[in-house]
Amino acid sequence: MLKTLQQQIADATASARPLQIRGGGSKAAWLRPLAGEPLASLDIGGWRGIVDYAPTELVITVKAGTPLAELYAVLAAERQMLACESPCLNAQATVGGTLATAWAGPRRPYAGGVRDQVLGISMINGNGELLRFGGRVMKNVAGFDVSRLMVGSHGSLGLIVEASLKVWPCPAAELTLQFEMHEADAILQLNRWAGLPLPLSASHWRSGVLHIRLSGAEAAIQAARRQLGGEVCQDGARLWQTLSEEIGPPASHLNANQDLWRLSLPPHTPPWPELPCMQVEWGGGLRWLGLRPDQSHRLITLASAANGHARLWQATDSGPRPGQPPSAASLALHRRIKSAFDPAGIFNPGILFEGV
Amino acid sequence: MPNSQFLSDLAATVDAQGLLTSAEQLRVYECDGLAAYRQLPLAVVLPTTEQQVIAVLRCCHRHQVAVVARGSGTGLSGGALPVEGGIVLSLTRMNAILNINPLGRSARVQPGVRNAAISEAAASHGLYYAPDPSSQIACSIGGNVAENAGGVHCLKYGLTVNNLLAVRAITSEGELLIAGGEAPDQPGLDLLMALTGSEGLLAVITEITVRLLPKPQVAQVILAAFPTVGAAGTAVANLIGQGIIPAGLELMDQATTRAVESFVQAGYPTDAAAILLCEADGTAEEVRADIEAMSQVLREAGATALRVSCSEAERLTFWAGRKAAFPAAAKLAPDYYCMDGTIPRHRLAEVLDGIAGLAAEHGLACINVFHAGDGNLHPLILFDANEGDQLHRAEALGARILELCVAVGGAITGEHGVGLEKINQMCVQFGEAELRQFQALKAAFDPALLLNPGKAIPSLHRCAEYGRMHVHQGQLPFSNLPRF
Repeated sequence: MLKTLQQQIADATASARPLQIRGGGSKAAWLRPLAGEPLASLDIGGWRGIVDYAPTELVITVKAGTPLAELYAVLAAERQMLACESPCLNAQATVGGTLATAWAGPRRPYAGGVRDQVLGISMINGNGELLRFGGRVMKNVAGFDVSRLMVGSHGSLGLIVEASLKVWPCPAAELTLQFEMHEADAILQLNRWAGLPLPLSASHWRSGVLHIRLSGAEAAIQAARRQLGGEVCQDGARLWQTLSEEIGPPASHLNANQDLWRLSLPPHTPPWPELPCMQVEWGGGLRWLGLRPDQSHRLITLASAANGHARLWQATDSGPRPGQPPSAASLALHRRIKSAFDPAGIFNPGILFEGV
Repeated sequence: MPNSQFLSDLAATVDAQGLLTSAEQLRVYECDGLAAYRQLPLAVVLPTTEQQVIAVLRCCHRHQVAVVARGSGTGLSGGALPVEGGIVLSLTRMNAILNINPLGRSARVQPGVRNAAISEAAASHGLYYAPDPSSQIACSIGGNVAENAGGVHCLKYGLTVNNLLAVRAITSEGELLIAGGEAPDQPGLDLLMALTGSEGLLAVITEITVRLLPKPQVAQVILAAFPTVGAAGTAVANLIGQGIIPAGLELMDQATTRAVESFVQAGYPTDAAAILLCEADGTAEEVRADIEAMSQVLREAGATALRVSCSEAERLTFWAGRKAAFPAAAKLAPDYYCMDGTIPRHRLAEVLDGIAGLAAEHGLACINVFHAGDGNLHPLILFDANEGDQLHRAEALGARILELCVAVGGAITGEHGVGLEKINQMCVQFGEAELRQFQALKAAFDPALLLNPGKAIPSLHRCAEYGRMHVHQGQLPFSNLPRF
């Protein structure tokens, strides 16, 4: 199958006919539209399976089309996990799509993002060459770190076909605590707690209720519970299962004339009283806002000033919204890097920026 | 002559103390921690601001002069070795800690700040910077980013790359790049990943924001003795199989144990075939639970003796032996080569047997220290450069050892970087297509190929022979720094 994919890519480059990379299709609705759609599909979804798994090495090597849910099941049998807790999205999310989009879950600020779990990848570049970067060992500083550059590249540089991932033991115990708190208090408290030696592993605030998860040795969790107070949430495991699969607040929380925005911010950024959040995750680093279209300029101004980034997630109409374009130097560099991997510009054209 | 115009343009970019051109001044910069290679640069420039770095790079670009960025110069792979006709861009004068943000748990620093200085500055907030390369009292954070430096606590806390938030960097054309940020996601490619570990080939880093972690309250270490290397390897696998992630996990073979014991008297059992140091850190409750669980696993794997540190002083004594491994090796023979390969942990016993066989074949002794947690092996080949063809045999043995690491699924460098030292071994690690892709990525950042040319990524016709770290009479540059 890889030979067929290599040939398809080489042909596309030769004829300058762009391709749309597709894994499980679970995130298609949230991605930027590609230039020149509809495009021929480059399908990696059928390339699935565990290539190698050595639990005591803390490494698993897996084909890119493998559903994340399948990977999780294999790991769970050895009481291990992918620490970034990326969503499975109805068992449709694949390993390749998760790496390409860098989508992480509740454990993100405490155990690292998707890039922190990547040790090596195999990919096909625009010339149809099968390339291997990184490896299956924890420490490897030979050559540029192309494996981690591929994380979040949205397929703009090439097709990920296989990855070696760092895996981590499941915590011995977990406990979820619940607090009634305003947005500002929750954000402040989450940042203060993160600076203390506490076994925090997840946080979620919505509608005046903050949930946090503690993970680790039972004794350590109990000591933290005594220190933090709050109410013990009886069904914590299911709560996080649900929250990690929810991408943003449920639609029912949004008013009819509101856009949904996703904000990535320095976690300690104080809330904006004029634009309150609907939901706060990742210790304050990920926030969701419902806004009228005419409020979006204000949001972009505030997000830029805070060194953050706002992304329109769901719009009420097709009218134009302001964005935060990259600098000219950054855009030029992006185009040169794209061209270094994909000289004919055939992979997911325009998925990151215009021409990238 | 064209150089004089270049030097006068360069002089205009910095203050009077910022340009060195006399031979005796340049001599200081002729090598880094890998002293076997030396080259005088055309000049050394020491900017104090980002604006000056931009001016220097634009000047060099205009004159098409190569630039080698340098921090403290403690690197072990020749990454900061000057190139003929090029300048050294030293960042040691840019050494300010710009901001410590206790609430956001980050530190914004200039590249010349020493690694250890960050943790010192953050200590009053109960925070620290986790990556701890052995040269941390001297090495600079800019160099750590360029080399993706490791340390003893990598398994649990990650490498430099896992503890970075953002950098500001200047391209060879003098353009500012901002990569990463304190926000968890940024739009576009993750350029921070491309820059980290790029060994000065892609851009010059002018500012770094690192993540700070809460300081663990307690740390305790177990010293365990094993009758065979295989049993120690099994113990490592069983620890991880049981879901235990030690803060530090170090293995030494018998030859190393005997050498360091006679050197520092750390109380190591010299009759054991291998010893393990296994550390737990965290809250008092976590450490108590971990030490108990670790002790049980180690005993079940056949540990013949087990000692748990009862005080901070005893913990440091247990570590003192491990940290003295390199100087102790220097007492065993006039010269040694230090290798830096990584291997999958479960191949350890086989690789050590293989190394012993290869050493016998080459008529030399080799002792081994191993970051067992993350599979990073440092074989130290003992020889005497003044005896016959020993130097040649040591080089050949080192080459075979790194080939063995690659053959079992490992890598030619775990933490020292490629630099000039391992540039030929890159051809064993990677195929031609990967090397061409590296060159294309380099050209995307630095189209004129002016930044640290000839390092890290070999040209295809270069793939021929190997280079080594050569230590004569124990005279490692920065011999006062612990190396482990």
